Amino acid sequence: MTEIGLGHYLTLSAVIFSIGIIGIFLNRKNIIVILMSIELILLAVNINLVAFSIFLGDLAGQVFTLFILTVAAAEAAIGLAIIVVYYRNSGTIRVEEIDKLKG
Amino acid sequence: MIAHSIFFYSFSIIAVVSAIMVTVSKNTVHSVFFLILDFISISCLFIMIGAEFLGMIMLIVYVGAVAVLFLFVVMMLNVAQQKNQWFASQESSGHIPVGLIISTIIFFELIIVIGGWKYKPDLFDINNSVNSFNVSNTHSLGQILYTDYIHVFQLSGMILLVAMIGAIVLTFRKREGVKKQSYLKQISRERSEGVEILEVETNKGVKIDD
Repeated sequence: MTEIGLGHYLTLSAVIFSIGIIGIFLNRKNIIVILMSIELILLAVNINLVAFSIFLGDLAGQVFTLFILTVAAAEAAIGLAIIVVYYRNSGTIRVEEIDKLKG
Repeated sequence: MIAHSIFFYSFSIIAVVSAIMVTVSKNTVHSVFFLILDFISISCLFIMIGAEFLGMIMLIVYVGAVAVLFLFVVMMLNVAQQKNQWFASQESSGHIPVGLIISTIIFFELIIVIGGWKYKPDLFDINNSVNSFNVSNTHSLGQILYTDYIHVFQLSGMILLVAMIGAIVLTFRKREGVKKQSYLKQISRERSEGVEILEVETNKGVKIDD
């Protein structure tokens, strides 16, 4: 147990990924916490990529982690902008009350 | 090796606990703070495993930009103090068991995949190490990022540009009733529309209508 191997990192990433998915389902409060759960899921993916990259000795995983970081930042910016516009128009961002699309 | 495993377990326990707190915290501001703690502990793990460039970039991009952006939006939208109402209505509490079941299934699937990796570790050749030279992680990453992956790199720059323009266009609005100085209107005034010369007769006033 003292030897920290690839499995430990992958297990940590699996735990954080599952917590992110629980957060998406469990959250009834507002949609910002759902965006934060998506960030957690992307973080878990990054842990996976970095762990494989280190333990296999291939740098491509770290390069792709960099690009995932970029896309996550862009996604957070766009998502928050949409949330701000929605709040300005309808005055709420509670998940239950966002039903304009009647989905 | 003992110190390494102690650090790994402490950082990963902090990361998992703060990830749980992100989802269950009553106050959204606290959720953002726990998200920042999560990012910091994961970046410590990255630095510990040997990917120090990504750890630092993670600190800068996530903690310095994304989390602060979340914090600004949470504070400006006045939703921080909304009560947490998981079990308030009947239809929303129906989602919770489904979510728990789905995420537990996903967790065990990932664990099964990791177990398969552990029992057959010679599936991939571990010995094709590219950074066997005595260079740092940042150096070797820069060597391949600007040569092999230059197109993807520029594409990610384009993604950032499009995201920036999109965010600005989405949140831009024209305000009504705001008195603003218009330079074009000021410098395009002419004498003919500003001044009028009238012949004023004696004992009669002048009626100016505008």
